[in-house]
Amino acid sequence: MSNVVMDKRPSTLQGARLPRWTPWAVALGSVGAGLGISAAAGLDSKIQWALIAALLFVLVNYALGVKVEGSRQAKDRVATSLVWVAFLLAVIPLASLIWETISRGVKVLDGYFLSHSMGVVADTEPGGGINHAIIGTLEQVGLATVMAVPVGVLTAIYLVEYGRGRLAKSVTFFVDVMTGIPSIVAGLFILAIMLQLELQPFGFAGSLALAILMMPVVVRSTEEMLKLIPNELREASLALGVPKWRTIIKVVLPTSLGGITTGVMLAVARIAGETAPVLLLVWGSAFINNNPFEGAQASLPLYIYQQYANSAGNAAAYDRAWAAALTLIIIVMILNLAARGIARWKAPKTGR
Amino acid sequence: MDISTQDAPVPPPTTTPTAEQKRAARGATRPGDRIFLGLSRGSGILLLVIMAAIAAFLTYRAIDAISADEANFFTAFEWEANSTPPRFGIAVLAYGTIVSSIIAMVIAVPISVGIALFITHYAPRRLGGLISYVIDLLAAVPSIVYGLWGALVLVPNLKGLYGWLDAYLGWTGIFSWQGLEPRSLFAVGILLAIMILPIVTNVSREVFRQAPQMHQEAALALGATRWEVIRMSVLPFGRSGVISASMLGLGRALGETMAVATVLSPNFLIEASLLDGGGGTFAQNIASKFGEATETGRDALIASGLVLFVITLLVNGAARMIIARRKEYSGANA
Repeated sequence: MSNVVMDKRPSTLQGARLPRWTPWAVALGSVGAGLGISAAAGLDSKIQWALIAALLFVLVNYALGVKVEGSRQAKDRVATSLVWVAFLLAVIPLASLIWETISRGVKVLDGYFLSHSMGVVADTEPGGGINHAIIGTLEQVGLATVMAVPVGVLTAIYLVEYGRGRLAKSVTFFVDVMTGIPSIVAGLFILAIMLQLELQPFGFAGSLALAILMMPVVVRSTEEMLKLIPNELREASLALGVPKWRTIIKVVLPTSLGGITTGVMLAVARIAGETAPVLLLVWGSAFINNNPFEGAQASLPLYIYQQYANSAGNAAAYDRAWAAALTLIIIVMILNLAARGIARWKAPKTGR
Repeated sequence: MDISTQDAPVPPPTTTPTAEQKRAARGATRPGDRIFLGLSRGSGILLLVIMAAIAAFLTYRAIDAISADEANFFTAFEWEANSTPPRFGIAVLAYGTIVSSIIAMVIAVPISVGIALFITHYAPRRLGGLISYVIDLLAAVPSIVYGLWGALVLVPNLKGLYGWLDAYLGWTGIFSWQGLEPRSLFAVGILLAIMILPIVTNVSREVFRQAPQMHQEAALALGATRWEVIRMSVLPFGRSGVISASMLGLGRALGETMAVATVLSPNFLIEASLLDGGGGTFAQNIASKFGEATETGRDALIASGLVLFVITLLVNGAARMIIARRKEYSGANA
């Protein structure tokens, strides 16, 4: 350690420091030791390897820090290494998820798969496709978005720009509560109405449940974004004699448009993957049904579940489930990228 | 954006504004202002109406089922809602739902806060941007995909960890393992933790990013280490944000349906060990039993959904109160 300090001019302002490469060396060492210990102990699960290496990394960093730099710096090193470990621990399963979905999904994902339904194919046979499910998902999610976004954005505007008093407080409270409504409860609510009216399952019923799930998410994210807008902007506009509603539409909303779009995008992404309400309300179908207002419809997430659950471990069905999962992820990603593009394009030029 | 004033779902209220509303919307004298206020307030009221309707309809359907129930709805360890007379109870479901969510929170919240700090304060700027982008996309991965991955990839990999826990912590009773397929509440908890991680991380990250730069620079100038800066000026600022992030995550964990339904092998028993047996959760039970449910069976499932609804209501209400107690400074309407 000392030679690193010695080759510069010795400073009296700074205590002894570990060289910059120490964390990397410790990381390498603990991964190596983790692998060694695991192999020696005959552990076959990768989860255990990772945990041992992570533990070693934190402990060795702390020990080195205490020995060379003193306890404050050592604490800093522990925090740094814990943060790195948290990051790596989280990345591993997420990377595995993406990798498995792609590598297992590409097997049967092709033009045929996208353009055919399951109409004449039994769940246990190879073949068939997801055309019917894509149509169902797009229609249900689209209808839900059209219903939920105006209500959500307007509610957020009410809460931030107008909201005082008891009504605003209770709306804020219930939006929070509504955020926590499980998707299956929203599904049961519409189901209860359908049982009451003796309706058969159809796509729009699913859209209603999805809209209920989407509204509070849009409200919350829009609210947060509107709150970030400095009051000076509003005051400047109002001082010029602009009515409040035009101030909101011309100043407040454009300034926060990027954030609102991101919020809506996350909300769409959330509901596009919702299976439970669709399972209860739309039932799923092996055939193409273009009309969301009549008859059972399929949807991508529901298709994945049914391929997994109804096939009793059949390989062809698992392949289809992975391919549909990959398709669903790709659709969601395209939505995300498009929304981000819009957000960047529309965003006002700020300092940040 | 002008469109939002035209196709509003709720007509503006025609009543004259009360004194309180006048105060609320100071200067709302122009027609445009009045219409806009009406539209936005109407949307808020619509949300309240929906909440009330959910409670009302679920209760209405649930009452029939519970009055037909031959067993005790809250304590019975069985679910034979389709038989006559129907016998069903929610004890196992309540236990499974709460335990799996707690496991998920214990694992996910510290890790998420760590990742959020990593992105905002530790990683090089470029890397941080890239990672938060990836996390954004991962928040969008649908739960059914997590479920598929959990059942076919995670569960087979958990055997080693289960054996470990059994060997070293088996004496506690909650981590003993009989060597069955690891489709238990603990596996569900791990999967739920992975699922709620992006959401908790995203929200925490946004809050940490807004921590006042001046405070941090002041702390640095006084000679604080990076960790001390975070502890003194970032974490106090972000506490309520982290709580609300955890609340979002907990909400998702409590009501998560498909991932649990694919991973868990359900049974109607409460096991002392988290690694043995299945148990069940409210949402999973509804999804699994719905297909073969009769009319009464569906009402019974709606009744259990009502309980789940009430639980999430209580959890969110409690979290809400915690946040209200530590009200943070907000730039708008200050």
